[in-house]
Amino acid sequence: MRIIDLLPKRVWEKVRDAGIDGYMVVIGAIIVVFFIFIAVFADFISPYDPISPAGPAVTPPSPEYPLGTDSIGRDVLSRLIYGTRTIMMVIIISTLLSMAIGIPLGLISGYVGGKIDRVLSIIMDSIYAFPGLILAIAVAAVLGPGTYNTSISLAVVYIPTYFRMIRGHVLSLRESLFIEAARAIGAKSSRIILKYILPNTLFIVTVVFSLNVADAVLTEAGLSFLGLSVVSPTPDWGFDLKNGQRYFLSGYWWPVTFPGLAIILLALGFGLLGEGLNSILGGGERT
Amino acid sequence: MTSLRVYIITRALLTIPMIFILLTLVFVIMRILPGNPVLAIVGMKATPELIESLEKQLGLDKPWWVQYIDYISNLLRGDLGRSMIWGRRPVIAEIMDRFPATVELTIGGFIVSVILGLVTGVIAGVKPGGKIDATMRIYSIVVYTLFIPLIGMILQYIFGVQLKLFPVGGRIDPLVTPEHITGLYVLDAILTLNFPALISALKHLVLPSFTLGLVLSGVYTRLVRSSLIEVLSQDFIRACRSRGLSERVILYKHALKNALVPILTMMGLQFALLLAGAVLTETTFSWPGMGTFLMERIAYRDFTTVQGTIVFYAVFVALISLVVDVVYAYVDPRIRY
Repeated sequence: MRIIDLLPKRVWEKVRDAGIDGYMVVIGAIIVVFFIFIAVFADFISPYDPISPAGPAVTPPSPEYPLGTDSIGRDVLSRLIYGTRTIMMVIIISTLLSMAIGIPLGLISGYVGGKIDRVLSIIMDSIYAFPGLILAIAVAAVLGPGTYNTSISLAVVYIPTYFRMIRGHVLSLRESLFIEAARAIGAKSSRIILKYILPNTLFIVTVVFSLNVADAVLTEAGLSFLGLSVVSPTPDWGFDLKNGQRYFLSGYWWPVTFPGLAIILLALGFGLLGEGLNSILGGGERT
Repeated sequence: MTSLRVYIITRALLTIPMIFILLTLVFVIMRILPGNPVLAIVGMKATPELIESLEKQLGLDKPWWVQYIDYISNLLRGDLGRSMIWGRRPVIAEIMDRFPATVELTIGGFIVSVILGLVTGVIAGVKPGGKIDATMRIYSIVVYTLFIPLIGMILQYIFGVQLKLFPVGGRIDPLVTPEHITGLYVLDAILTLNFPALISALKHLVLPSFTLGLVLSGVYTRLVRSSLIEVLSQDFIRACRSRGLSERVILYKHALKNALVPILTMMGLQFALLLAGAVLTETTFSWPGMGTFLMERIAYRDFTTVQGTIVFYAVFVALISLVVDVVYAYVDPRIRY
């Protein structure tokens, strides 16, 4: 994989000729862009205020309330729309945090090697082996609810994923000719890492990012379903699903089903995108 | 010494740093992160005297490194402390009340995911590249994104409320609870030949196990597929074909057996996924396991129990991955140091 393959035109050519993988990338991208659009323009799309009652409680879907109302009369569609914003915020902040810690550590560990590498690797592998949701629960329980705290909980879980990926890739890059050449002409380690190795790991990051986010969406939804993510009355898919659970078995299906489907669809969008890119661009480890 | 024994000993020794790192991680999360556990327990309105006495009681007034030494040395003695609510029972005893339920659920989920994964993986791997293969690939991606609580509730509604085939929650009918031997109700019922209990326990297990197993089956679909494709391309399979064996015999008697070996390696990580998924499954189905226990104690701000439960998870995961690796080494003689 070369950087040139990451240019939009090259990626598009590959996607076009890739058959089923190509369809996966396109469908995944459409879903993701759709949700980003909703998150950005929530104020304009949302028919009602998401946090105050818009009508009678538990009204089934109707022209007036397209997805019905919840147990205290809030519009399910409006909460769904603003909930997109909540989950997107958490995903973006947590991913940036994971990258900011995982990538530099992976670069150093892979390039420097030796004792530092061994120590960092065993630490990261141990965290990686621990069930992600349970780790996030522990951190969230101590930090308390809120967007930033939830982001930190998720970030902790996914640092090892970025670390392992980058480290593995650096190990193979380190032996390549152009790095050896750089070393031969006397480039400093810091320069080699930043100028030659980092740019070449970027494609791995894009692939991992997408697969990882699919997982992070489900973990965030899980955390908020367990009541550890946001503070009521913030609209949040997992939390809304939890609130609807009590009434679901009596036949009030809409306050649960729609947020649930939104979670699945968003995770699926990132999953298809990452999966397709992974197999088209090659490389990258499955998470 | 045989190389297998060397492998097992080395692998066991490697488990020690892993457990140590995870215990340290739990310590950092519970004690060093901002967020005062004592304030969390008693609430913001507590008097300074109350906070001080609780801090003393939990040892939180000491410097962090003294706390760390206390923490590790207590754990080395197997002491997880005492619960802070309801009779202050030892945490380990409380965990042991709930642990069998989670084991039973994870085994159920595991069986379902392996069966579904084997069927879909073989279907995909026999004819790679075709439409069926593509469908199975989409299956593996889609099932992984199915959000456990939603799928669980839909199954509860269809099979519990509408068809009344299976109970919607709980572990067993309280009237037929079997004598406590292992705590695994299915096993206890079989051991005591208590058939009403066996049937009740199995009926309660069906929906939660299926929910958990379905979501995690996609991982096995992939593994079985890729491993089967690799085995089918090997020389010994060609030799089988040239001897005129039927495709059916080749697949089931020769290929599948070899294709299953690499799947063992994934079981360690798969187990972590099962445990995480079990937390959501238990909450959805009011299953009285470790997951519901942890959430309940977080809600009651039972600091020692929460810490103890996370520690227990950590040790459990490390031991499972050790066992999986050792079993793998037995099965595949190429794995040695």
